[in-house]
Amino acid sequence: MSADRRVVITGLGVASPIGLGADAFWEALLRNECGLKRIESFDPSGLPCTIAGELPPFSLGDFIPKAYRKSAKVMARDIIVAVVCAYHAARDARLNTKCLIERGEAADGPPVDSTRFGANIGAGLICADLSELAGALSTARGDDGAFSLKKWGTEGMTNLTPLWLLKFLPNMLACHVTIVHDAQAPSNTITCGEASSHLAIGEAFRTLARGDADVCICGGAESKTNPMAVARPALWGRLNVADNDRPDRASRPFAADRAGMVLAEGGGLVILESLNHAMARGARIYAELVGFGAASSATGESSLKDAHHGLSLALRKALSDAVTDPSEIDLVTPFGAGISEHDAAEMTAWNGVFGYRLSHVPAMTTRGAIGNNGAGAGAIDFIATVLALHRNTVPPSRNTQPPDPACRFQFVKDDPRDARIRQAISLGYALAGGQGAALVVRKFEE
Amino acid sequence: MGWVTPLGFDIDGVWNRMLAGERGMCPTALFDASTFPTSFSAQVKDFRLEDFLGPAAADHAFASRNSRFALAAATLAWKDAGFSELDRPDPANVGIYLGGGEGPLDFDQFAAAALAGCREECGELIPLDTVRWAKAALQLLRPKDELEQEPNLAGGHLAARFNAQGPNVNTLTACAASTQAIGEAMHIIRHGDADVMISGGTHSMIHPLGVTGFNRLTALSTRNDSCLTASRPFDRTRDGFVLGEGSGILILEELEHARGRGAKILAEVVGYGSTADAFRITDIHEDGRGGIAAMRAALKSAGHAPADIDYISAHGTGTEENDKIESLAIRQVFGDRAKHVAISSIKSMIGHLIAAAGAVELITCVLAIRDGVVPPTVNYQTPDPNCDLDYVPNQARKLKVRAALSNSFGFGGQNDTLIVRAFDRT
Repeated sequence: MSADRRVVITGLGVASPIGLGADAFWEALLRNECGLKRIESFDPSGLPCTIAGELPPFSLGDFIPKAYRKSAKVMARDIIVAVVCAYHAARDARLNTKCLIERGEAADGPPVDSTRFGANIGAGLICADLSELAGALSTARGDDGAFSLKKWGTEGMTNLTPLWLLKFLPNMLACHVTIVHDAQAPSNTITCGEASSHLAIGEAFRTLARGDADVCICGGAESKTNPMAVARPALWGRLNVADNDRPDRASRPFAADRAGMVLAEGGGLVILESLNHAMARGARIYAELVGFGAASSATGESSLKDAHHGLSLALRKALSDAVTDPSEIDLVTPFGAGISEHDAAEMTAWNGVFGYRLSHVPAMTTRGAIGNNGAGAGAIDFIATVLALHRNTVPPSRNTQPPDPACRFQFVKDDPRDARIRQAISLGYALAGGQGAALVVRKFEE
Repeated sequence: MGWVTPLGFDIDGVWNRMLAGERGMCPTALFDASTFPTSFSAQVKDFRLEDFLGPAAADHAFASRNSRFALAAATLAWKDAGFSELDRPDPANVGIYLGGGEGPLDFDQFAAAALAGCREECGELIPLDTVRWAKAALQLLRPKDELEQEPNLAGGHLAARFNAQGPNVNTLTACAASTQAIGEAMHIIRHGDADVMISGGTHSMIHPLGVTGFNRLTALSTRNDSCLTASRPFDRTRDGFVLGEGSGILILEELEHARGRGAKILAEVVGYGSTADAFRITDIHEDGRGGIAAMRAALKSAGHAPADIDYISAHGTGTEENDKIESLAIRQVFGDRAKHVAISSIKSMIGHLIAAAGAVELITCVLAIRDGVVPPTVNYQTPDPNCDLDYVPNQARKLKVRAALSNSFGFGGQNDTLIVRAFDRT
């Protein structure tokens, strides 16, 4: 595809349990901090896993124009996380969006052309606010005390605010972000679990490369720190239920004694631009996005047998798209769910594609520090990968020791390590459904 | 192509029913909606996955209603494309791009857990006790049913069924989702990331919370006493859309790949535009700027002028706001041609399939091209001065369609337009 335009990364926005904003997140990662602790936003003591990664306190008003504050009441937590990420990404890119202009925080230079500014924001299955919904449902008890659908239809449902549904549609992450920042070009909402962010960034890459937009804000966000979002994977046996008393040690990707995942909230949005657009406005360029590959394990709803085939194919396609191979990759970022069989499948995939090379390339995973924030997890991994490449530094990967005997990843322990990184690859995949995708970034060279 | 609709399952049978103006609405039977503001819907009837998959349906025993619809529609489409167990494409180059909705919530169990989490006082809003709730929820919620609510599961089922190992994506841009899916699938093929894409959408929101959500938004028609005539796109007396359900699946294929195997080519997907209103969560931009930009982007990408379009499959939901602004947007884009292009909304007959709507509508565009006939907008009686275009009222019309444009506009302002045209064999 030689006719394609080059696409570069010029802005990074993160909301993570270890920090808001790319700089705070990165510094905390280098310090090997952990953002997982006992859940504070609700009483988790009825659930088998009582720990998660919640965002540090913040005020939404700091991230939106004043005129938009009244819209906060129709935002589920997932949407708020995306809006926070979008602010940080635009600020970091010094991109003069409507939000920054209205807040008086614009940089020198003209506003971004909204008709050439797109959005591609991955989202999860947003859980309804349980207190709100359960409270309303509880008003529709029949004479026997049980829930009565008839009573719900006549009067119960009126206890829900008229705009109730709009809080929980997954596309509302992108809709609020595009309104706040005035992004009118191609707009998508990819909902593929933990693969969502990689798929969204990859699709935005293609959109920019073929010229359908000049700038795109892309990635994903999700909040899994609510009762329903914890109960569901608890039912699937995916959560670590054995380490509630030591949350900082609970998420152990690829470790021999890994015991299940720990949930989190958070997200990442990046500003991608065509190279010409970035150069014309004198933007700082973190890296060039050079490869995207997507594939499916084709194994159905939850079977992990042969799941590694889809991940291998995604890695190979991304490398091929970047016209490179494992010998030219200097950093690998696996997902690392911390679930026994998922990590086993992922290791098989990486070992198969990278072979001996995997033992000689630094690796990183953020799961031990920030847990699994679903549709936003891949974007945080991608941002960490871009920062590592940009700063020639590999951050430590928490709780990856002692490694699984099959693990060939060269994770860094305790302190960051300097490394010359020209190309890096990051993988994301849906824990159920089979979707996988990989992205390759390269140090920018004119 | 394949579909599962409130008017049935086979392409030609449903198509003929649409051309005859048949309607698929009836009182809601999937749950007791008798006291809801809207007590009817356009449901898929007499659907059994075994009828489509045979014994293989057992492989998808836990599949949600969404996934079942998609499996059936894709099985029909796969066969229609001429693929079989013996003659099938390279799995690594077969991808999936769906506009798949979230699987229906397991409402009875959810409500029971919710009530268990609230204290036993009636008639007042009581704060939830999450500890009590959790104990009940872990007993009541069924793991497989919970898993099947994930919106990417339908794509997972299809991948397993057709051994599709290529790109697998699900979008959920509300009512625009399956139009978006087909547009992005076209680009995946153009870029060389797959040779064959199984694309379209699937959705059912005919469950208590789905209807609750739309009723609270006052988006649904409440003509409970006359459900067959309730969906009235572009009519002055319209009062909201009618909720439908189903799936539409198309097999998209790279041209040389299709030629190489001697495939029957139904039409060419030539244009796609995606935009955002970036205006308000609750309202469409009053000038229709997002819809205008989506149609213009699709025309530009197809290399077409408005004069090349013979038929528009409108989003045409039957809400006051959509139909007025969509008509305005069409006038803006098509200028003098706007009054001369045939426009219809099949939502008048099958309701609004939400995420699946665009795919089903695109299939009707392909059939219009194939058969030289366009479907009617039924229930059209009273003209609206704000909707002054040719909506093909009540009667199907013979019309040579060289190219057709299909609009889908999502809640929140994500807009997508596709253009298909008769395949030119030269």
